[in-house]
Amino acid sequence: MSDVQNTDERIKETSRLRQALIRPELGGMVGTVAVFVFFALFAFDSGMFNAQGVMNWSVVSAQFMIIAVGACLLMIAGEFDLSVGSMIGFAGMMVAIFGVTFGVPMWLTIIITFVVCVGFGALNGYIVVKTGLPSFIVTLATLFILRGFTIFFPQTIERKTIIGGIREAAEGDWLAPLFGAKIGKPVFQWLGDIGVIDTFQRGNRLGEPVVDGIPMLMVWAIGLVIFGHWLLTRSRFGNWIFAAGGDADAARNSGVPVNAVKIKMFMFTAFCATVFAVCQVMEFGSAGADRGLLKEFEAIIAVVIGGALLTGGYGSVIGAALGALIFGVVQQGLFFAGVESSLFRVFLGVILLAAVILNTYIRRIITGER
Amino acid sequence: MKSTMSKLFATAAIVAAPFAATTALADGHGDDLTYILVSHAPDSDSWWNTVKNGIALAGEQMGVNVEYRNPPTGDLADMARIIEQAAASQPDGIITTLADFDVLSGPVADAVDQGIDVIIMNSGTPEQAREVGALMYVGQPEYDAGYAAGLRAKDDGVGSFVCVNHAISNVTVAERCVGFADGLGIELGDSMIDSGQDPAEVKNRVIAYLNANPETDAILTIGPTSADPTILAVEEMGIAGDIYFGTFDLGDNIVQAIKDGTIQWGIDQQPFLQSYLPVVVLANYDRYGVLPGNNINSGPGFVTADALEKVEEFAGEFR
Repeated sequence: MSDVQNTDERIKETSRLRQALIRPELGGMVGTVAVFVFFALFAFDSGMFNAQGVMNWSVVSAQFMIIAVGACLLMIAGEFDLSVGSMIGFAGMMVAIFGVTFGVPMWLTIIITFVVCVGFGALNGYIVVKTGLPSFIVTLATLFILRGFTIFFPQTIERKTIIGGIREAAEGDWLAPLFGAKIGKPVFQWLGDIGVIDTFQRGNRLGEPVVDGIPMLMVWAIGLVIFGHWLLTRSRFGNWIFAAGGDADAARNSGVPVNAVKIKMFMFTAFCATVFAVCQVMEFGSAGADRGLLKEFEAIIAVVIGGALLTGGYGSVIGAALGALIFGVVQQGLFFAGVESSLFRVFLGVILLAAVILNTYIRRIITGER
Repeated sequence: MKSTMSKLFATAAIVAAPFAATTALADGHGDDLTYILVSHAPDSDSWWNTVKNGIALAGEQMGVNVEYRNPPTGDLADMARIIEQAAASQPDGIITTLADFDVLSGPVADAVDQGIDVIIMNSGTPEQAREVGALMYVGQPEYDAGYAAGLRAKDDGVGSFVCVNHAISNVTVAERCVGFADGLGIELGDSMIDSGQDPAEVKNRVIAYLNANPETDAILTIGPTSADPTILAVEEMGIAGDIYFGTFDLGDNIVQAIKDGTIQWGIDQQPFLQSYLPVVVLANYDRYGVLPGNNINSGPGFVTADALEKVEEFAGEFR
């Protein structure tokens, strides 16, 4: 703060440029540009920016986005959910056990899975608000419980920890395509025909384009980001989320239903994890007990890169989405750039640190804290 | 702050530069062949170091570029993305495992259909390799290896066992225990325990199991990740050398334990060959169009206290 002549900071004039720049997602924007410039320099001719390469890192980013939106809103509401990764494994396994082993119709299987998983989310939230324990501990317990069930159930029922055959079970179902289908196939076929996208050179998909549509996973990611952004910035509930995370007592005193807000956000996080899981099992056709390992941290990392504050009350869904994009592009881009894969985590750590430092700086300018 | 960011990326660029440079090395053949090996192993699995060394040596000897990639947490869905990524970068060949056929068959078949030659190594079966359109399968038929080990143990008078499985989600690896049980002529039942990957956890679970089931004749571990802590467990319980102990795969500690008599035998699937041979096969196929007519069995080979010298010298590096 260079000029402290004004006595009331609320009427202090700031330049337009400064106003436009000073946003929670600024760090995410700068990072996104920097990451793309970096890979354009080091991996441009590696196939990273052809249709197949773009689809590769877009899908990975979309995966991160889905769980980051939930984690972002929950974090702004002042809580954590460490059970996201386990929830992904658990939800996928539920689809496999109900849909394949028990032969329940796939639409009913998907609905049951969503109900049970969102129920677990509600339970997480209920325990947190009722006991006043840190959500860190409560959801850490859920992490173990869900992962344990994910290994126990298939082991007991099928004597193995990977259950396949989900694609076959989902064939002809009316609800499954909402998670597993690809849209825009004719457009991509046309792009393949005119030579914009490479086509398969042999096999039974000869002549089809190597990228044959936008997976529903990406549609979900974009939809959830738009919904989350609208909810947070354009609705009354969004203000409640900020209030619940900023100062729960003050919010309670001004009539915000803090407990209900937090429980709903835990449920939304579980919902996002379940969307992730159902899309994944529909694409790959099997559920494994080790799916989703460490995904909770990847979600939190994306959110933090996107400028949200770990202590709650501050953040942006667009920022979290950009964080997810950065994370996805870096993760896949390092492979394209031919970086030794054992150095992957080093890069991840460096980027996380850089993003947090940048975001802290930006936040200090906005809030004026020292 | 901007300058800090740019400094940061400059640093990253400097770190990345040597790796980018290696891919552009001329190899003396006038061609610029690149092969990518995608494994299913998490960063924590040290056994795959032999595979890394094997592919690096083959790349050096054949004058081709080789790259090794793996999903950091061992999540097979992430591995599928890496295979898709590898295909997008248009290499001359991909060497990969089929740790979960449902998840990986799609991406692998897509790579094959794009005109990329694929060899399946380690996990999977020759039938699955043929189904995805791979050139060949290089590895150890796990069930057969387990069965052979079971027969051997039966001859040594074993009637019951515990299988310490640190990779419970890998179906192919579980086949080892199933084969072993069939070789012994008993039901697998509850003899397979999920040990987890953490050494202390593995050790304590083995101790707990052996205390709860003192009549257990034999221990079968499925790799160094489960074998190393199990060695400590039997030493701590004072039954080292007393209880019948066999293991799959080799490593420094396993070799030492074979020498000490704690472990009766180790089954070597010779991972070196699983990464070395595919590179040799692919390079000669791309250069001269020659291809061996069949799948290659890299194992099983039993390693006992009798022939340990070479094994000891290169354990963890090439053995």
